Amino acid sequence: MSEGYHVDTTAKLVRMVNQIEANLAHDKDPVSTVADHIHAFWTVRMQVQLLDHGTHELGPVGVEAFKRLARGIRSPHQMAATDPKDHGADGG
Amino acid sequence: MGYEPQVDFGTPAVHSDTTVTLSIDGRDVSVPAGTTVMRAAAMSGGSIPKLCASDNLKQFGSCRLCLVEIDGMRGTPASCTTPAAQGMVVHTQTEKVQKLRRGVMELYISDHPLDCLTCSANNDCELQDQAANVGLRDVRFGYDGDNHLGAATDISNPYFDFDPSKCIVCSRCVRACEEVQGTFALTIDGRGFGSKVSAGLASDDFLSSECVSCGACVQACPTATLNEKAVKTIGKPERSVITTCAYCGVGCTFRAEMRGEEVVRMVPWKDGKANRGHSCVKGRFAWGYAKHQDRMTKPMIRNAITEPWREVTWDEAISYAASEFKRIGAKYGNNALGGIVSSRCTNEEGFLVQKLVRAGFGTNNVDTCARVCHSPTGYGLKNTFGTSAGTQDFDSVEDSDVMLVIGANPTDGHPVFASRMKKRLRAGAKLIVIDPRRIDMVRSPHIAADFHLPLRPGTNVAVLSAIAHVIVTEGLADEAFVRERCDMDEYRDWADFVSDPRNSPEFLAPVTGVDAELLRGAARLFATGGNGAIYYGLGVTEHSQGSSTVMAIANLAMATGNIGRRGVGVNPLRGQNNVQGACDMGSFPHELSGYRHVSDADARALFEAEWGVRIDPEPGLRIPNMLDAATDGLFKGLYVQGEDIVQSDPDTKHVVAGLEAMECVIVQDIFLNETANYAHIFLPGSTFLEKSGTFTNAERRIQPVRKVMEPLNGYEDWQVTQLLANEMGLDWNYTHASEIMDEIARLTPTFAGVSFARLDEVGSLQWPVNADFPDGAPIMHVDGFVRGKGKFIVTEYVPTDERTGPRFPLLLTTGRILSQYNVGAQTRRTENSIWHEEDRLEIHPSDAENRGVHTDDWVRLASRSGETTLRATVTDRVAPGVVYTTFHHPTTQANVITTDNSDWATNCPEYKVTAVQITPSNGPSQWQEEYDAHSGLSRRISAEAAE
Repeated sequence: MSEGYHVDTTAKLVRMVNQIEANLAHDKDPVSTVADHIHAFWTVRMQVQLLDHGTHELGPVGVEAFKRLARGIRSPHQMAATDPKDHGADGG
Repeated sequence: MGYEPQVDFGTPAVHSDTTVTLSIDGRDVSVPAGTTVMRAAAMSGGSIPKLCASDNLKQFGSCRLCLVEIDGMRGTPASCTTPAAQGMVVHTQTEKVQKLRRGVMELYISDHPLDCLTCSANNDCELQDQAANVGLRDVRFGYDGDNHLGAATDISNPYFDFDPSKCIVCSRCVRACEEVQGTFALTIDGRGFGSKVSAGLASDDFLSSECVSCGACVQACPTATLNEKAVKTIGKPERSVITTCAYCGVGCTFRAEMRGEEVVRMVPWKDGKANRGHSCVKGRFAWGYAKHQDRMTKPMIRNAITEPWREVTWDEAISYAASEFKRIGAKYGNNALGGIVSSRCTNEEGFLVQKLVRAGFGTNNVDTCARVCHSPTGYGLKNTFGTSAGTQDFDSVEDSDVMLVIGANPTDGHPVFASRMKKRLRAGAKLIVIDPRRIDMVRSPHIAADFHLPLRPGTNVAVLSAIAHVIVTEGLADEAFVRERCDMDEYRDWADFVSDPRNSPEFLAPVTGVDAELLRGAARLFATGGNGAIYYGLGVTEHSQGSSTVMAIANLAMATGNIGRRGVGVNPLRGQNNVQGACDMGSFPHELSGYRHVSDADARALFEAEWGVRIDPEPGLRIPNMLDAATDGLFKGLYVQGEDIVQSDPDTKHVVAGLEAMECVIVQDIFLNETANYAHIFLPGSTFLEKSGTFTNAERRIQPVRKVMEPLNGYEDWQVTQLLANEMGLDWNYTHASEIMDEIARLTPTFAGVSFARLDEVGSLQWPVNADFPDGAPIMHVDGFVRGKGKFIVTEYVPTDERTGPRFPLLLTTGRILSQYNVGAQTRRTENSIWHEEDRLEIHPSDAENRGVHTDDWVRLASRSGETTLRATVTDRVAPGVVYTTFHHPTTQANVITTDNSDWATNCPEYKVTAVQITPSNGPSQWQEEYDAHSGLSRRISAEAAE
């Protein structure tokens, strides 16, 4: 039923960041608050997806927030799941 | 427990600091001052005959059966209307009163059928009991006079009959409809011998009247006049089990009255602290879905969603599910897996699903349906007060002077609590309603909102800013409270913001559509009218500024000092029976149970020590992000317990696309729901009647769910999750749901004092239950906010991206009605469908006229997301420019219309604001036809049976 249906997930992420920025405009330290919010609620993969796309479509607060996030995000291999063996399940 | 009728003390309880002591038949009895003699007798273990009295109704004094003699008092006063007094000496069994009582009973029985042995109320009839109590032996009047024995029975209501031939005109039903339910559907028509109970006009029967089928009249009736049809067909119950309703967030407790393994009736439990002995049509009567023909009891699997289902054994289904998830985890990584916790299943079941996801799948990709309803409540109240839940209990409404209802429709969504609100309003409390529609509470019998602000959808924050502007600029804020309890600097910043002329009612009127003077009046009333309580629902949260609105509400409550005592507070009306519980149990991708972030090392250490696994410190995917990741090819396996995201989540095409992109979707449910159309494994679930556990209602009240029958599918839902977990290599050994709660209590500080034993002892507990609050906490933030100082957060109005224009000039908002519940999975499979067979589009007369649309016409409802077709109802309940529909029927496909707009903080979908156009139509949309075809194919079950 979904043939031809396409969703631009990166565009969604951009919109989400700009929406967060707009709603935190009165915060005393919006850059920190936006960065903290994204760090608290976004997966690492979502953050990397947006960084890979680039922050050129973000507002000024979003741009600065992602600079901070980029410094804190671990290497890309950390985006993968933790080792299944850590969770008692066998890998096969 | 065996079957015993609930004790009826005759007249309502009275609360007083003063005690009086009287003598009743030689026994000294001490009772609160104001207690009636009748109740005092019952409290001391005695009983005075009665027929018109019931302890949930005001005394009436009509039947004259309860007469007593009192030393020093003339005549034979009615004990139900006589207050006990200090030193009173009462005699309940003198020869005089016994003779009078027999005379009264003779009159009653002279006009009553003598068919006790074949009557459905045989051995469960107060009239029969009182005839025996008074020693009635003959009826001297005979039976040849005028009588009502030929009156016809009204069988119109699907759940109960009204047989006027058995009516003794005690008026208990009429009074119950007035005092308890507040609908005023019944009356006594005529006078004297001609008096009869009437449901509205002479031409009305119960179904056509304003009766909402709450069952209060049936419960009140002392004879078989109003009696459940099930009692007639099944017989008198022989045992009862107290359990909790599985519909809405009120969390009514019922006595499930059984005969064998069959439920005869669900009777509200009088000691239930959430519902206080009342119910609505759903909990009271609409439980038959458990045995509906659509009920699924066998596991099924298939390789592709285009294939028919194949019934298999539990072993095969679980083995297949586990092997698929292990395969996906190994191939794509554990973050390609996830789960959805049900808001309908128990706390214990929700806890196990998130435990399976975290400890078994190895990811934090777990979410719950609160995502689409009250996730902004969790975010907003946590940030402002420190707790992700409402601040009061339901009883608090009894002390409210002003109720502000915003974005909620309590008479439809939380009917039992709405009845309590109405009772308080009839007693003089004031009401402010902020809603685009003229909900029933704006004007109903003996109730009229003092202010109705019919705002434009999407402008909640603007309206609340304007209200705050009035309160601050007119000097109506409670700064003493703020100084003591909140951060003063943050208050000043907030006060400066709202004081700006750009937040004045006048400036914002063109945006909100609300008259400035009307808004000023409402603001002044809330700030100065006494105890102000705010009740809100999804009309607040399901917006792009849902979290901001919650925080704006919290700001208002703090600014007016309306926190920390009875009668006030911020009260989110949680929708589902256990959505509060699901959130409490760590169903969110960023939080463990008790709302501790996964990055909290101390919290993680606790779980890691208990579970023996490492917990990911990074948040996981929310439901909409799971679907996005699926369409990106990154999310492949989903375990859905008790949720139907295809029907309930927004932007249906997006949901379907996400599911179709996955390799393994497991649906665990009691019916083949819409999501199962895209599933590979179906695990049959169990209903609330077939399991033990707990639900947590909107008051944070943890209440027991008790099994009354064995699960038709063979397992309680938590047992199925355990099977899956163990097949995936975990080693769970729960033998009873109580053991799961014990684990929850070990790991969750706010549940530390909760156990099944404790709940059996006290009935229910409101969290937090711990050393600081050993008996729970009905009212929160009494001496201080949980976070320390209350936090004012500036919430500027940011218009939604969803704008009307020439192509889509109307705004659609959605909601619920009384008789159906959410996606209708349960209620559509009961007789409740008689009240709402289809979703309808409500459209204002001017908008309808402009389009040539009339009531009952088929119309095409289209947005930028999609279109659907349904029938119209032309009504002025909606304002011009606004249309409204419900989402109870899958054929309506209401969520094909809704968009991917969502709350900025939580991604709670903006269901309440969608730009649409309405045009006449002559048939279903292409999507509806395609979906219908796919749905039909998807539901095929192969004739090949499991071995």
